[in-house]
Amino acid sequence: MNDTRSPLQTIAIYLGALLILIWSGGPFIWQFSTSFQLDKALTSGSPSLIPAPFTLEHYYNAFIEKQLHRYVWNSLVVSLATTFLCLFVGSLAAFALSRLNVKGRFGILMIILSVSMFPQIALVGPLYLVATNLGLLDTYTALIITYLALGLPLVTWVLFGYFETLPREIDEAARMDGVSVPGLLWHIILPMSLPSLVTTGLLAFITAWNEFLFALAFTSNIDRQTIPVGIANFTNLYYVPWGDIAAASAVVTVPLIILVLFFQRHIIEGLTQGGIKE
Amino acid sequence: MTAAATVSGIGRPRRFGKALPVSLWALLLLTPAFVSLASVSFYPIINGLYLSFTNTSLITQENEFSGFSNYVQLWGDAQFWNAWWHTMWFTTASTILETVIGLGMALILCEAFKGRGLVRAAMLVPWAMPTVVTSKMFGWLFDGQNGIINYILLHAGLIDQNVNWYGSPDTAMTTIIIADVWKTTPFMALLLLTGLQTVPNSLIEAARMDGAKGWTTFWYIRLPLLMPTLLIAGLFRALDAFRVFDLVYVLTGGGPADSTETLSTLSYKVLFSTLQFGYGSAVSTAMFVTEGIIALAFCLYLIRQIRRAQ
Repeated sequence: MNDTRSPLQTIAIYLGALLILIWSGGPFIWQFSTSFQLDKALTSGSPSLIPAPFTLEHYYNAFIEKQLHRYVWNSLVVSLATTFLCLFVGSLAAFALSRLNVKGRFGILMIILSVSMFPQIALVGPLYLVATNLGLLDTYTALIITYLALGLPLVTWVLFGYFETLPREIDEAARMDGVSVPGLLWHIILPMSLPSLVTTGLLAFITAWNEFLFALAFTSNIDRQTIPVGIANFTNLYYVPWGDIAAASAVVTVPLIILVLFFQRHIIEGLTQGGIKE
Repeated sequence: MTAAATVSGIGRPRRFGKALPVSLWALLLLTPAFVSLASVSFYPIINGLYLSFTNTSLITQENEFSGFSNYVQLWGDAQFWNAWWHTMWFTTASTILETVIGLGMALILCEAFKGRGLVRAAMLVPWAMPTVVTSKMFGWLFDGQNGIINYILLHAGLIDQNVNWYGSPDTAMTTIIIADVWKTTPFMALLLLTGLQTVPNSLIEAARMDGAKGWTTFWYIRLPLLMPTLLIAGLFRALDAFRVFDLVYVLTGGGPADSTETLSTLSYKVLFSTLQFGYGSAVSTAMFVTEGIIALAFCLYLIRQIRRAQ
């Protein structure tokens, strides 16, 4: 359609694109720059995007004083465990629904998806009572079990969508060769679905990594608190350490952004499959 | 003829080798997902409904059936209605803004231009960021003393003194809505973009041939075809906005003077500050019901739209 465009339209499109870039990236770049600036510069009244003088003091504060690495570790343990469990349980369910002639499979899929629409605040109270009774407060287990259920609807939905695109002839051929049901899943379907597994795994990871409400309710000390809870608690009683917060934000967000940019094409496809397709 | 010959018959349980019948395998493979969802979603919802009819409190250690007393109390609770209206306002404003701006972004991304991939990728940044980080980031951007927003507005001559954005009841909710719009609009745009790309180009070309201008083709061809996508994306967004928690809890904690209190933050406070699990469950159940009604209304409207289009 390029040739039908007037110069004015072309300019408008590039201007729009530039606006979107600034809108999406600007606030984070500002936050990132803040993390390298001295408190004095931050309160000087003449803000500058280039950190001068450049300082790593806020990173020092975040890791040494606030022990950021412990939150990072907790988040890593919980998110990785959640990711693998989600992929395992989700692929079993998606495989059964896609391949094993389950009656009312779309009804089952709708029920699974509808779970993701429950307000989480309605779940947190009753689950807190259960966790208290089972002695699961301040454990990784409570968070992992909860995040598994939170991640499952999307993971199952996206994997189901992907499995459906794999030709049925493969199943037929495998059955002729006497491959069992788990064999079909493990040796044939899963290896063929590697790209989709990576995408859904990443989605489950991000969900767990970013979750705040349950982590806030279920954990009360640094031994088990995850990063979002840690950062939320950074605020001092008397002043807000914006520089330290910016440093912690950079530490938890930059790796995520790199991952997302690397897998962006798959993520967009995966999510639109899960979110919009009927 | 053995059973293998009729294997393609639908309804007959197929066998793989000599192992379990397929239907048993299906049950077995679905069980972990069901157990997980039942214990972490369905059970708590039902238990929450039950708790809302009790006077359960972790302080007084009571947990007796109390009929509708929580709901009677809720009906007369000014704090609840305050939070209800804030939630409605937040949901409506952010959903509309995100859909409209998102559509604008999608229309730009629909065009071919250099660096489109970069823009698409950059749009995932707000989505991927933990909401807690977004909240803190906007806290800094809108800081009343040294925030960059105040600085820019001041130097552009739009305000004559620093505004205490999220410290003042008049502007706090607006600030939260802006933060939410920042975080979610780009993602909305990506969803709408996939919808736009399914509109056949031939239709647009044909309209152009007939002399239709850009605006006309958008209004009469693209928009009607995009409507189902727009509505579903809007529904998902509205349901998500309705349960906003992290953003409010971290940015303002519901303040100042309860001006940003939403149903989620109110529930959380009743549950975990006063430890009244009975009353707190009534708040969250009321929220669940409202959300159900919104979803139902949307679905009915959508079905009517689709019927009309056929």
